Amino acid sequence: MMIDFDVGLRNLDLVMGCERRVVYDLVNVIQGEASLHQALIRDKRADDLFMLPASQTRDKDALTLEGVEQVIDALSLDFDYILCDSPAGIERGAQLAMYFADEAVLVTNPEVSSVRDTDRIIGLLQAKTRAAQNGGKIHEHLLLTRYNSQRVAEGEMLSLDDVQEILAVPLIGLIPESEAVLKASNKGIPVIHEEGTDAAIAYQDAVSRLLGETLPLRFAEPQKSGFFSRVFGGRK
Amino acid sequence: MRFKELFQRNEETSASAAKERLKIILSHERTLRGQPEFLPRLQQDILDVVKRYVAVSNDQVRVQMQESDRLSILEINVTFPEKHLSS
Repeated sequence: MMIDFDVGLRNLDLVMGCERRVVYDLVNVIQGEASLHQALIRDKRADDLFMLPASQTRDKDALTLEGVEQVIDALSLDFDYILCDSPAGIERGAQLAMYFADEAVLVTNPEVSSVRDTDRIIGLLQAKTRAAQNGGKIHEHLLLTRYNSQRVAEGEMLSLDDVQEILAVPLIGLIPESEAVLKASNKGIPVIHEEGTDAAIAYQDAVSRLLGETLPLRFAEPQKSGFFSRVFGGRK
Repeated sequence: MRFKELFQRNEETSASAAKERLKIILSHERTLRGQPEFLPRLQQDILDVVKRYVAVSNDQVRVQMQESDRLSILEINVTFPEKHLSS
């Protein structure tokens, strides 16, 4: 189950390729204008996957803590995993997306601005969530995306070790920079379905780790390319 | 590529510059974490009052709050300029 918390800037529907099937949204449900059942959209590819879209027109203040809690409580009766897709920033949408969480996946690029923002979010996870306020702790996972091991080797990009040293969060996945990601979002197909691409393999690894498997790390080192692929530039 | 690396070796790479800058700014920002939201305004007010009597700059007044289970400590540090002490 996925909930888009980016009220006003809804996009999870477009990335998932179900933008034309959106009728009701999270705010409609919270305000009692639609039932949860009416607002859920079943994924075309994965039968057990549903999505609750964000509102496009409403103000983000239309979300209330109590409303979000009711929605999450109701969903948790039927679903094993509820993924709250947080908007960028530290405002209301982001704070509500994280408030009821048990685990947090911190999606970060190896870029100064992204690493700094992630550090801010870690601070909020440790202070402004239900788990933290009850004296508990949210399990944090680092998902490092758009990683270019070649540029890392050349000293042009922060390495995985650099980012982990700075943020001190255990790694859940390393996603190589891949042309497949843009192609997939162009088509509205999650890149994990583009089988055989580096990004799909890396995301599949991340999912397996989130489910408790231990897997070796891939894509951290530059691939030693042969003469021909270097000359003709075979890229995935 | 190898040839280029020979010249780059002594130079700081942009990635190491990024790491250093992040370490410095984040260690500063982490000290502000968990502080009450009014603290920056309190710092500004204290600064304004001190400035009425002594010429101090913004970075010479530090306000920190430490909280433990049983007590909270509001720590205010004002570094007076040397000129003032000699007069």
